[in-house]
Amino acid sequence: MMAQIKPRLVGAFAPPRADFEILSRSVYGKPLVYLDSAASAQKPRQVLAAMSAFATGDYANVHRGVHFLSAAATQAYEAARETVRRFLNAGQAEEIVFTKNGTEAINLVAASYLAPRIRPGDEIVLTVMEHHSNIVPWHFLRERQGAVLKWVDVRDDGSLDIDVLNAAIGPKTKLVAITHMSNVLGTVTPLKEIVARAHAKGVPVLADGCQGAVHETVDVRDLDVDFYALTGHKLYGPTGIGALYAKREHLEAMRPFNGGGEMIREVTREAVSYADPPARFEAGTPPIIESVGLAAALDYLSSFDRAAIKAHEHALLSQAREAVREFNWLRVIGDAPGKGAILSFETEGMHAHDLATILDREGIAVRAGHHCAQPLMDRFSVASTTRASFALYNTREDVDALVEGLAKAWKILG
Amino acid sequence: MAMDDSLRELYQEVILDHSRHPRHFGALANATHAGEGFNPLCGDRVKLTMAIDNSGRIADIKFEGKGCAISQASASLMTDMLAGRTVSEAETLMSGFLHLVRGEDAADLQGDDRDRLNVLAGISEYPMRVKCATLAWHTMKSALEGGTPAKTE
Repeated sequence: MMAQIKPRLVGAFAPPRADFEILSRSVYGKPLVYLDSAASAQKPRQVLAAMSAFATGDYANVHRGVHFLSAAATQAYEAARETVRRFLNAGQAEEIVFTKNGTEAINLVAASYLAPRIRPGDEIVLTVMEHHSNIVPWHFLRERQGAVLKWVDVRDDGSLDIDVLNAAIGPKTKLVAITHMSNVLGTVTPLKEIVARAHAKGVPVLADGCQGAVHETVDVRDLDVDFYALTGHKLYGPTGIGALYAKREHLEAMRPFNGGGEMIREVTREAVSYADPPARFEAGTPPIIESVGLAAALDYLSSFDRAAIKAHEHALLSQAREAVREFNWLRVIGDAPGKGAILSFETEGMHAHDLATILDREGIAVRAGHHCAQPLMDRFSVASTTRASFALYNTREDVDALVEGLAKAWKILG
Repeated sequence: MAMDDSLRELYQEVILDHSRHPRHFGALANATHAGEGFNPLCGDRVKLTMAIDNSGRIADIKFEGKGCAISQASASLMTDMLAGRTVSEAETLMSGFLHLVRGEDAADLQGDDRDRLNVLAGISEYPMRVKCATLAWHTMKSALEGGTPAKTE
């Protein structure tokens, strides 16, 4: 039953299944079919090995001690920053701030960049397809400082009309906060063009890259984006670490985020002065082992031809998209041209949670719910959807299993 | 391979029937107690209205809701069983039901009540779904306590 079946190749890319030991386990006696990578991706042995080697060989706190291990750990931590810089093609490593996740990266921008710049009536432009992590920080500014959230709708196919977005950017807009890739629809936004339009009106842009960084090749300098947030655990890296790219001019003008050790220049009884970026925004002991894991994950991802991964994931998406056309009880939500490898759908007469429970018993892991995107659920008049998301390790057999599982669920519940 | 027996038990005909044809569906115009339950994780919603008479008897009870088969079937079954009972009987039944769906000792649940609620006993094998089954019951409790919104997550 658990015999290793050689995956059918999609184009030139061979899914590196052997690097992900968890993928060979079974669930309820059935082979695991992991289609929930948009929630969190599995970790290759290279990432786990790098973290383990660092923790067993070179670990200590960073930037503190003068001793050997502290120097080694500091070096590893700063090398990880350099790896993130390279991955995003940022100009300087100092433009990379480590955070605990993507959510914290966006909250950092809200608290340290935007909050001091918001007067009542000032506007923040965002789309209805944002994840709650790119909504709630702006709601804070609405609640606390009278900011106005200007919502940009998407088309029925989930695509973004850039002219609608552009029209929403007005003289009172202080920031455009937009996803690079929707975690529900898979829609990839034309970030470079969005940034150009916003900059033409003097408005900075924050991109939520939690999905985008995984599936798109990101060049923050080419995009000219002001802020780009990512999270480690969706990038085949560990939990507990994310990163914010921000242009140096912004970071230098930003007030501190959390207060504590590491982020100061001098503390007296009467006053405090702050360190330069990025240390100013990294109060307390940072995720040190996780930084090594994140760097290993980015190195791992970069060791492949990213375009080949993308083609592979798209082939799986198309296979699934075509297969579900035969289910007249299933409606796909999000068919934007050029979308990433995420398939969300609602099913007539079958609630997403019932469906996910049945798929689960077939060994198939999908996400069911509102995906932390309730305004988007409202937009499409659904309470929840079922989502299958594809990663570099998925195979055509995974898609076959999903399609069979859906047919079974319909037999039970339909 | 035969369909997973535990799934068959979870989604047995009684459950599917209750979820497709919910009993006591709607809202009471003459409600004395009302409650609203919401599961923020999956978006399940239950609105409950009850008419409780002077002797503490639930004279009438209705629910409206949207959600998974388990949450809707549980609400339907609950309203069906609570109509005509006293508030104190309702609370006892709830305690027995919670024991049952959590896979705990449900000795306090007896006879016909046990038989009827047993259709949801299989949920104890699905820890992520227990909250779906208990939503209506927590909503009932909150309605009795004055209508603070119930939440299960």
